[in-house]
Amino acid sequence: MNIIVCIKQVPDTAAIQLVRINPQTNTLVREGIPAIINPFDENAIEEGLRLREKYGGEVTVLSMGPPQVEKALKDAIAMGADKAVLLCDRAFAGADTLATSYTLACAIKKMGNYDLLLFGKQAIDGDTAQVGPGVAEHLGIPQVTFVRKIEIENQTIRAERTLEDSFELVEAKLPILVTVTKEMNTPRYPSLKGMMKAKAAQITVWGLQDIDADPNRVGLTGSTTQVIKIFTPEMRKKGEILRGEPDQMAEALVGKLRDSKVL
Amino acid sequence: MDYLLNETQKMVVDLTRKIAREKITPAVAAHYDETEEFPWDIMKILADAGLFGVYIPEQYGGLGGGIFELCLVTEELSRACGGISICYAATALGAYPILMSGSEEQKKKYMPDIAAGKKLAAFGLTEPNAGSDAGGIQTTARKEGDHYVINGTKQWITNGGEAEVYTIVAMTDRTKGARGATVFILDKGMPGFEFGKKEKKMGIRASATRELIFNDCKVSADRVLGKEGMGFIIAMRNFDGSRPGVGAQALGIAQGALDDAIAYARQRIQFGKPIISFQAIQHMLADMATQVEAARALIYATARMIDAGVKDIAKESCMSKLFPSDTAMKVTTDAVQIFGGYGYMREYPVEKRMRDAKITQIYEGTNQIQRNVIALQLIKQSAKGQKD
Ligand SMILES: Cc1cc2nc3c(=O)[nH]c(=O)nc-3n(C[C@H](O)[C@H](O)[C@H](O)COP(=O)(O)OP(=O)(O)OC[C@H]3O[C@@H](n4cnc5c(N)ncnc54)[C@H](O)[C@@H]3O)c2cc1C
Repeated sequence: MNIIVCIKQVPDTAAIQLVRINPQTNTLVREGIPAIINPFDENAIEEGLRLREKYGGEVTVLSMGPPQVEKALKDAIAMGADKAVLLCDRAFAGADTLATSYTLACAIKKMGNYDLLLFGKQAIDGDTAQVGPGVAEHLGIPQVTFVRKIEIENQTIRAERTLEDSFELVEAKLPILVTVTKEMNTPRYPSLKGMMKAKAAQITVWGLQDIDADPNRVGLTGSTTQVIKIFTPEMRKKGEILRGEPDQMAEALVGKLRDSKVL
Repeated sequence: MDYLLNETQKMVVDLTRKIAREKITPAVAAHYDETEEFPWDIMKILADAGLFGVYIPEQYGGLGGGIFELCLVTEELSRACGGISICYAATALGAYPILMSGSEEQKKKYMPDIAAGKKLAAFGLTEPNAGSDAGGIQTTARKEGDHYVINGTKQWITNGGEAEVYTIVAMTDRTKGARGATVFILDKGMPGFEFGKKEKKMGIRASATRELIFNDCKVSADRVLGKEGMGFIIAMRNFDGSRPGVGAQALGIAQGALDDAIAYARQRIQFGKPIISFQAIQHMLADMATQVEAARALIYATARMIDAGVKDIAKESCMSKLFPSDTAMKVTTDAVQIFGGYGYMREYPVEKRMRDAKITQIYEGTNQIQRNVIALQLIKQSAKGQKD
């Protein structure tokens, strides 16, 4: 079973108070903020490792981003991934989810020979949940999103999709793309041996030419959406909960509506 | 303070600290303290991360470090919980004799599983009538043809009942006195080897402390560690190597108490200001921090010395347990003082640290015994005309 796990490096939410937005570029100021693997992607890596332990094969991690993303890929190797590829090129910068998923899909096509693509259900910084599905579309393969459990038998996958208050059991043929939720598993810690391996590991770096991508479809040029403005929303005032018997509460509510001149 | 750790040591510390912070939270430490359950779930995490192998050579599946790496892990775990940390460290106490004195075959048989954390180990010397006076042990191993028959009871054995591998000391020839003891490697589940009662303790309550009972326990001669008659030599060399580890346990407990005390003093308001603004509190914290650093320096220096292969280490080894354990008792007591009445309550973490600290002054030789050994070395060295 050959598994490719796509991961994103994101700012550490534990350091969220340090996160600033550059008002000129409408992007996050990443300097000085500790970066981590997107937590949902850690679940995807963990699932990849578990499936490999069960069925054999290889786990390759793939990410697009600046050179410092090597750290996230090395962390994945420390957890137990076999190989890592970084898509790093000035041309890739400023990509929206469409351009990102196109770029990742080009790289995956180039790798070929995969049975399963794993993604976290969304990234905790952008929160779009679009890149995984986008890649499946570009590759023309089926996808199952928000998955909390996978079983594989005879090239067929059975996946439990988490819905609002129920779940959906989906069966499909490999190769397939799956995005995973937190419930799926508990990501392991890196092992000391894995960390040693990661330290020595060579990360493959691919640019625009290496993945035969159309220059007009990557990076800012290939992006169809543009962020106009990012801002910190004003804190909403805390609501007030009225308690007591229904008629008392109704009376209190009417009083408050009068006070605020709504009535 | 920069402790001049190498890359691998930094990695060991970072990984242990991450696991300790995320998995041995104050609530988890309190849980095991209350329930006295054995923390198998944490042991599993430490095992998977490879931390049980830090001091074991690579050819036996370890990381290839030494006592120093073992101390670094023990310190970080103890900072979170002094009870959970000793479940980890006591395995080294049980395994170290095999590493030091075992045959190649014995090492190959036992060390890889211990390095992988698949098996915990324990060391059994103490008996009801033989504590500080280890020479008074009454457990016997009688030679019968090509095997031995062990009878007797070991008391207060850390990891007893939980460990798979036991190194125990028994008298093979009482007439030879100190040269009449032998160390055996035993496996859990051997016929004639049972466990007695589990103790209820003041502190380190996550750790299991049990009796080992030998009733005509028949063992083959290939379970002898080193040679017959080397029992006390192996035991003493084991303690020489392990005392910095107890020091590291004490150090971690003290550091944890200091961390707690500083955080609390900044936030507790009395007389309209945080109590950390009172010089009396500041000076206590300054003394605590200084003592903790001094303890750390002594442990790190001793551990590095042992790993470098220096032969005569009894004195420094004793000091590296004596000073940190006395420091831990003092620092944890002061931490409770800084917390005031809240410190006395089980809802807050410092009273546990004070209870956990106490054992470090008692086991692996009480601090009185450490002083005896240190003094003896001073006298010997002086008599030999050495100056250091
Ligand atoms: C929680 C716990 C875990 C333990 N784990 C293990 C283990 O895994 N393996 C193991 O083998 N043992 C273990 N022990 C035993 C421990 O090492 C002994 O308790 C310790 O060596 C002291 O022996 P004792 O308790 O019999 O005290 P005693 O020897 O009876 O000492 C009582 C007091 O007399 C003092 N004293 C005794 N002799 C002298 C002297 N010559 N000079 C001055 N003062 C002296 C002591 O310092 C102490 O204050 C454990 C003990 C405890 C409590």
